[in-house]
Amino acid sequence: MEKIVLPDIKDIRQINVYLNNGGYTAIRKAFSQSTDDIIDQVKKSGLRGRGGAAFVTGLKWSFMPKVTDKSKYLCVNGDESEPGSFKDRQIFEFNPHQLIEGILIACYAIQSKTAYVYIRGEYHKWINLLQKALDDAYVKGFIGERMKETFGTDFYCDIYIHKGAGAYICGEESALMNSIEGKRGYPRVKPPFPAQNGLWGCPTTINNIETLTNVPPIINKGWEWFSKIGEPKHPGTILFGISGHINKPGVYELPSGTLLTDIIYKYAGGVPGNKKILCVIPGGSSMPPLRGDQIEGIKMDAESLKLAGTAIGTGGIIVIDEDTDLTKVLARISKFYHHESCGECTPCREGTGWLENVLNRIARGEGSIHDLDLLVAIAGNIEGNTICALGEAAAWPVRFMVTRFRDYFEERVSKQIDLPVMNKVHSMRHTAIPVADIKI
Amino acid sequence: MEFKFTEENLKKIDNVLKKYPTKKAAVMPVLYMAQEQNGWISNEVMKEIARILEITPQDVLGVVTFYTMYYQKPMGKHHIQVCTNVSCMLRGGYELLDKVKEKLGIDIGEITDDLQFSIEEVECMGSCGTAPMIAVNETYYENLNVQKVEEILESLKNRN
Repeated sequence: MEKIVLPDIKDIRQINVYLNNGGYTAIRKAFSQSTDDIIDQVKKSGLRGRGGAAFVTGLKWSFMPKVTDKSKYLCVNGDESEPGSFKDRQIFEFNPHQLIEGILIACYAIQSKTAYVYIRGEYHKWINLLQKALDDAYVKGFIGERMKETFGTDFYCDIYIHKGAGAYICGEESALMNSIEGKRGYPRVKPPFPAQNGLWGCPTTINNIETLTNVPPIINKGWEWFSKIGEPKHPGTILFGISGHINKPGVYELPSGTLLTDIIYKYAGGVPGNKKILCVIPGGSSMPPLRGDQIEGIKMDAESLKLAGTAIGTGGIIVIDEDTDLTKVLARISKFYHHESCGECTPCREGTGWLENVLNRIARGEGSIHDLDLLVAIAGNIEGNTICALGEAAAWPVRFMVTRFRDYFEERVSKQIDLPVMNKVHSMRHTAIPVADIKI
Repeated sequence: MEFKFTEENLKKIDNVLKKYPTKKAAVMPVLYMAQEQNGWISNEVMKEIARILEITPQDVLGVVTFYTMYYQKPMGKHHIQVCTNVSCMLRGGYELLDKVKEKLGIDIGEITDDLQFSIEEVECMGSCGTAPMIAVNETYYENLNVQKVEEILESLKNRN
């Protein structure tokens, strides 16, 4: 099976090895064509974003205005903070030049002279690795003003790394732009969309690291070739990161539409101790989890997973075995979203805390049967009522875990000792002024 | 205590400013430089950055308090970050955290009396495939177990 993003070529991370294997030929080919042709090819290839929403990349590029008196920007999203997702660091480490070439082609297609690669602050090592690759490419004249001499075109662009500082929300595209502008990472209300009003009010496109790494092979080998790999509606290979209770955790590059059970048993060596699978989260912790008995026959691509009642997300698969306390896992997931909620929208800021508190109560063994409905109700009040998708990311795992594992959770709360009648969630909200002091 | 950037860092700031069309955008990289020089972000640091970037100290404070990687108090020389998010939790992240706490005799958010160690419980660090993990300052230690964590802490103690 051919690998596109992380090919099995020794030391391909070094610029000379990359050049000897056809590196930086796609950008030359791109420069010989019009920008419309490039966008058209990427559109026809069917390449879809690998950052979670699986939006058609070529279509996104075509939203950029052709004529504008403002600067245009490209942002490359390497924030990668979704629990269970660890694919982009493999690209920084093992194939950075293909990413750089992809960024150059994208910049040319949308006519942007500046690209910012946003990488999470914890990735010191990988930031240094990519910076080294960028420096090498600058020296060779593949980036910056010297592109004019190297490629004989009028076009040139610069690529800069912007280091994040530990905020999950900055993986959301509009929060990412605010972060680059030197502000708090609050998401922006859409519309206007980034293609009209992005970085510093200028037209901006935001793509994922893995998405852009796919672009040079598409230009080199043609869109027909790419569109025939994997599932037709979501073609190409996907970097599946598998973690949790699994014998061989790691990143596996496989065609889209690979069976989930194949990834777990054939590639990642199955579950330690041959235990049964209780639950699988197929695309990073924010995606709806599946029961262990639901995973048979499920294909890993955006459309098939949608039919199965979940989503591809970032392709980070988390496997949970039968001996795990699922209430603790869900409480931990909710703790994460509570911690990472930026506080801009009330439903998310307050709701994530409530979810965490109720789930902690259940995990401690003090929950009641009413708590299950309460959780679903709180999740329902967050979903769709927030500016960005963090609301959904916090609500989905809770709503789907509680409904899909209803029997499991009911068993956990039925063991309970009797509880005081009062609702603990509401009792935690103290009024600032004692009620008696309020004069009407 | 007054804070001034070193000559070398001032040159670096000039280079950073070239990357962005506005001065304000440089606040995050400049904060990292200040943290490296000063160890943490004090009020004086924020005022100095605001002066250099021609923004208000409140703008800088807003950024510092939003992101978790800017420290508003001094941290240990070895800042131990233990991930306990799902993938690490499933493979023993909390056992590592307990071990680190026991070994250093401090709790999360505290610093040892000799100012050598501090502990932080962090969210997913992107090491799910090599879980569980801890990070010491900028270095990742992956595929750990309780024994290995003990060895790492021991070797850090001996390095002092």
